Amino acid sequence: MSVLVYVDSFSGKISKNQFEAVYYGSKIGSVTVVTAGNTSDDVLAQLGTHGASKVLRDNSITAFDAQQITRLIANAAAQVGTKTIVISHDITGKSVAPRLSARLKAGFASGATALPNGDQVRVNVFSGKAMALVSLKTETKIISVLPNSLKPEATGAACSVENFSGNAGNAGIVTKSVKKPEGAIPLPEAELVVSAGRGLKGPENWGIVEDLATALGAATACSRPVADIGWRPHHEHVGQTGVAIRPNLYIAAGISGAIQHLAGVNGSKTIVVINTDAEAPFFKAADYGIVGDAFEVLPKLTEAVKKFKAAH
Amino acid sequence: MKILVCISKSPDTTSKIAFTEGNTKFDENGVQYIVNPYDEWYALVRAIELQETQGAHVSTITVGSAADEPIIRKALAIGANDAVRINADARDAYFVAAQIAEYAKSNGYDLVLTGKETIDYNGSQVGGMIAELMDAPFVSLATRLEVNGNTVSLDREITGGLEEVEAALPLVVSCAKGMAEQRIPNMRGIMAARTKPLNVVEPTSTDELTQFVSYELPPAKSACKMFGPDEMDQLVELLHTEAKVI
Repeated sequence: MSVLVYVDSFSGKISKNQFEAVYYGSKIGSVTVVTAGNTSDDVLAQLGTHGASKVLRDNSITAFDAQQITRLIANAAAQVGTKTIVISHDITGKSVAPRLSARLKAGFASGATALPNGDQVRVNVFSGKAMALVSLKTETKIISVLPNSLKPEATGAACSVENFSGNAGNAGIVTKSVKKPEGAIPLPEAELVVSAGRGLKGPENWGIVEDLATALGAATACSRPVADIGWRPHHEHVGQTGVAIRPNLYIAAGISGAIQHLAGVNGSKTIVVINTDAEAPFFKAADYGIVGDAFEVLPKLTEAVKKFKAAH
Repeated sequence: MKILVCISKSPDTTSKIAFTEGNTKFDENGVQYIVNPYDEWYALVRAIELQETQGAHVSTITVGSAADEPIIRKALAIGANDAVRINADARDAYFVAAQIAEYAKSNGYDLVLTGKETIDYNGSQVGGMIAELMDAPFVSLATRLEVNGNTVSLDREITGGLEEVEAALPLVVSCAKGMAEQRIPNMRGIMAARTKPLNVVEPTSTDELTQFVSYELPPAKSACKMFGPDEMDQLVELLHTEAKVI
């Protein structure tokens, strides 16, 4: 069976969740990748290592516009003759996949956490508090893959890259400017995250959070009150109204664990909670807990991590 | 300017999540329904602000049964001019989007706003589908929206940052945090909402594309292992050998 995977490569690089989508597709059938932008042949050819047999690149689209990308994917699917389309459930996927579903009248499962079983796909519902099986009732099927849901393996070799004209038409959206901090690890892609809340008492105390994050190679995050009062930027806010993340390791210091916060982090594989209050609700959702003052525990944990890293 | 705000019901954030009929149906027993927070706090309140500052006409639209009317009245109490209810159960995202797109097109709405997702199915599907069915641009996860004549200026979330974009009306936007501040309806709003128009419209025939087959709850977490502040070496060791995350 043939599978079409859309890969977002406007940054000139391929992020981990794009490799995951290609790998997911390769477990269903033979993968053709379609992408837009001017990413180099060498970079795109690496998608072959995760199961792509061919990459189609439309370099006439230079910025992200959901309407153009939808037309590009629909036209590529028609040309390749595929009935299964896979895309990462990242910001691009959330914008493009529903459009594509309506355009092709194709059943769409958003945020798949496992490979499909027949026409049934497993997804998370109720903000991570339950899972469901959704049946795609149409011949053409669209699946968006929740980042960090499966461990992709590099098995194949580099693949060929061809130029492709997707007849994507005009963009309906004009990008005026991009505000993006340089160098930081984007939260949704981070495998390790160190997060802190009001227990840190003030923005000037974030040094001990950043020290631990640096020692681990982790991204930093925060709770809602901390973002609301301006101690930390809004894009670091994880929880129901902020970003939902599912890293391998989530360390939370000085966060009580309100249900709205848990909704944004309950997909994490391992949760470590540091809180002075032994009754904090977060301990019920945690794998490892330390009852203690973040100002004492965080530096000690940082030292232990450094010692571990030096020995391994 | 005519703004259509999509309002969905969702179980209260603190609801106990359980399933019945052999795990094929959400157990509504004891569940309190609210206006989906993203629809209310961000999409609806921003629309009301544009009504106050630019004289926009704000309608809400809900696909649901008569049981959903209390949450529709709440949206009217916050300040929408009128409401429409498509008289059908929300069968799947495409069914809902098809109803809303049809109504928006035939009634000449310029701007359609949704929340970024619902807190029950979390699909982030309806907004994008409406946009495709209206053949309009779609700005997802918008945190700022200003209307200047026929041009809309917005900020939208991108991975690890924000992007400033512009688009022309008609436009579909999904709204995220930052767009507006939550408003509590006042007594005058609640009284006025009782007599505001709530039109009931029969659905157009639409095929379902998907069906939720069954549900399950995640396995219970094993008990949290506790450490003292001086046992960090042991914790790090377990993160390596047991959790295998570092």
